[in-house]
Amino acid sequence: MTEMTYAQAARLGLQEEMARDPKVWALGEDLGYEGGMAGQYNDLQAEFGPDRIVDTPISESTIMGAAVGAALAGTRPIAEMRFSDFAMCSVSELVNQAAKARYMFGGQARVPMVARMPIGIRGGIAAQHSQSPEAWYAHTPGLVVVTPSTPANNRGLLKASIRCDDPVVYMEHKGLWGMLGEVDENDQEPIPLGVAATVRAGSDITIVSWAAQVGVAAEAADVLAADGISAEVIDLRTLYPWDRDAVMNSAARTGKLLVVHEAVRVGGFGGEVAAEVAETLGVPVARLGGERIPIPFSIPLEEAYKIKADRIAGRVKEMLA
Amino acid sequence: MPVSSNLANEPARVVEMFRKMLVIRAFEEAAGEAFHAGQVRGSVHQYIGEESIAVGICANLRDDDLLTSNHRGHGHSIAKGADPRAMMLELFGRVGGTSDGKGGSMHIADFSVGMLGANGVIADGCTISVGAAQSIRLLKQDRIVVNFIGDGGINRGPFMEALNWAKVYELPVLFVCENNQIAATTTTRLVTAGEGIAKRAESFGIPAITIDGNDLFEVDSTTARVVAEIRNGSGPQLIQAMTYRLRGHFAHDPAGYRDPKELEEALGREPMARTEAWLLKNGVDADEIAALKAEVDGEIAGYVDEAANAAWPDGALAFTDVQDVGAPEFPGESR
Repeated sequence: MTEMTYAQAARLGLQEEMARDPKVWALGEDLGYEGGMAGQYNDLQAEFGPDRIVDTPISESTIMGAAVGAALAGTRPIAEMRFSDFAMCSVSELVNQAAKARYMFGGQARVPMVARMPIGIRGGIAAQHSQSPEAWYAHTPGLVVVTPSTPANNRGLLKASIRCDDPVVYMEHKGLWGMLGEVDENDQEPIPLGVAATVRAGSDITIVSWAAQVGVAAEAADVLAADGISAEVIDLRTLYPWDRDAVMNSAARTGKLLVVHEAVRVGGFGGEVAAEVAETLGVPVARLGGERIPIPFSIPLEEAYKIKADRIAGRVKEMLA
Repeated sequence: MPVSSNLANEPARVVEMFRKMLVIRAFEEAAGEAFHAGQVRGSVHQYIGEESIAVGICANLRDDDLLTSNHRGHGHSIAKGADPRAMMLELFGRVGGTSDGKGGSMHIADFSVGMLGANGVIADGCTISVGAAQSIRLLKQDRIVVNFIGDGGINRGPFMEALNWAKVYELPVLFVCENNQIAATTTTRLVTAGEGIAKRAESFGIPAITIDGNDLFEVDSTTARVVAEIRNGSGPQLIQAMTYRLRGHFAHDPAGYRDPKELEEALGREPMARTEAWLLKNGVDADEIAALKAEVDGEIAGYVDEAANAAWPDGALAFTDVQDVGAPEFPGESR
């Protein structure tokens, strides 16, 4: 086991996949000299050359669209968008082209690409650099949506996403770049897509979350444990397809479900999970998510947006009361 | 009208190209009739009056060269070698169509001949084409990519981004702007600043040439030169092919916005009659041309008959080829 950061683990996963398959390459802004926003591409251009770690102009439509064309023509590109907020400049290329090429061409085409677009609050980068639009893409047929929550997940899920023949929207959380965790460098296997992880076992309630909010939910479970409440915390890891079996099995056992996410609650993916569980099991469900406001700049304003552990614990106690 | 020497000596090759043009014209006429008869739904963007461009360009491509198209893609597909029979089945939404009825007219594609798809979004094919060229480079192939775009597309960001991108990486891309002078129903020059398409390309350092797109010989000889240069590493180039759309934007557009005098003039320059006149002057006799037309018309009429009577796809087919991870399940007909 090696301790490394979330960014270092992603870099390791990418390096392994690029060494394994010469058709894997990445394109995006500032990948060479800068090594990506968090060093997740550090020195890879020196190792693999400027044709496989491609520094691009600030042309989001073409970063995404070129990845689509490259995938159609036989390679496996990773389109690095830096921020999911910037990727909004390339929604047509992702939603109209990548997600639909296979379908509308009757199966003639495959689009094995990764649209890598970090989400979430990092602190102080405000309304156009902090959003969590994962539900947009979970809503779009043709796309797989992945939200890694730990260094080990970020390596293993990135590897699986690169090997996937479907277009994958890969949403690292910017608040986790420096998160430390154990990674088994000897285990080169990808983490299968669509499989959740149980991060706290429990029996009184199921808390489902993803990305950075998983850590907050686990913190809440620890707080609740001190009060004698046993909360199970499930990290979806892949948002679409989400691991229905894992969530249903857990919620059937605990009899209650709370979904928590950093993204805005209204229209958020938590609503989908909660509704499916309620329809299937008939158990009480609840959601916690951001209020429907842009992410603000100033510390107290930004803090006011976040869903903290005490709020999760409080909601759980209400549900169990 | 300039006539390239390679063609002047090869009437048989011109006959072959003329036949392709006839297939496109007959296909588009038939598609329009089927649309008006209610047999083809949605929308049909006909390529009538522009046939010499697709045929003249694609005659100079290899089978493994790639092509990205736009919403007016039937002509590009046929010229690149797609099967018009499967295309007609697709327009009718039937089994055996190029996409088994999942795409229809605006998503015609035939990957087996390098035709990477028509596109319902204006100028989105531009970015796809430069990426395909990057794959070609990475795979150390000597294929090239042709991107067809209309004059209506040149004011979208992806077109300008893709021009810059293609030049920055010196990619083997040929941009072909078919300038039919009308963006849907709006005269393009009224909504376009500056000196137009070719100047825009030149401002990125991309060689651009403007030609008479309705002159098959000029399209053919220009393309022969440009494609050879691109294959030899010249980097991207652009051909602006001036033309005129003889029909509406789509089959249900009567094109009332058009000056009748302008249309009349355009009919005098349309490519079918011009190519036919050249053949007559160069020793192909009128009977042979008439027989060729009859043969093509019969072929297309047969495809229409077949398509109108072909099987409809099963509803379950709507649920295939979405994605492997998280594939949807067909909930059943009786839901």
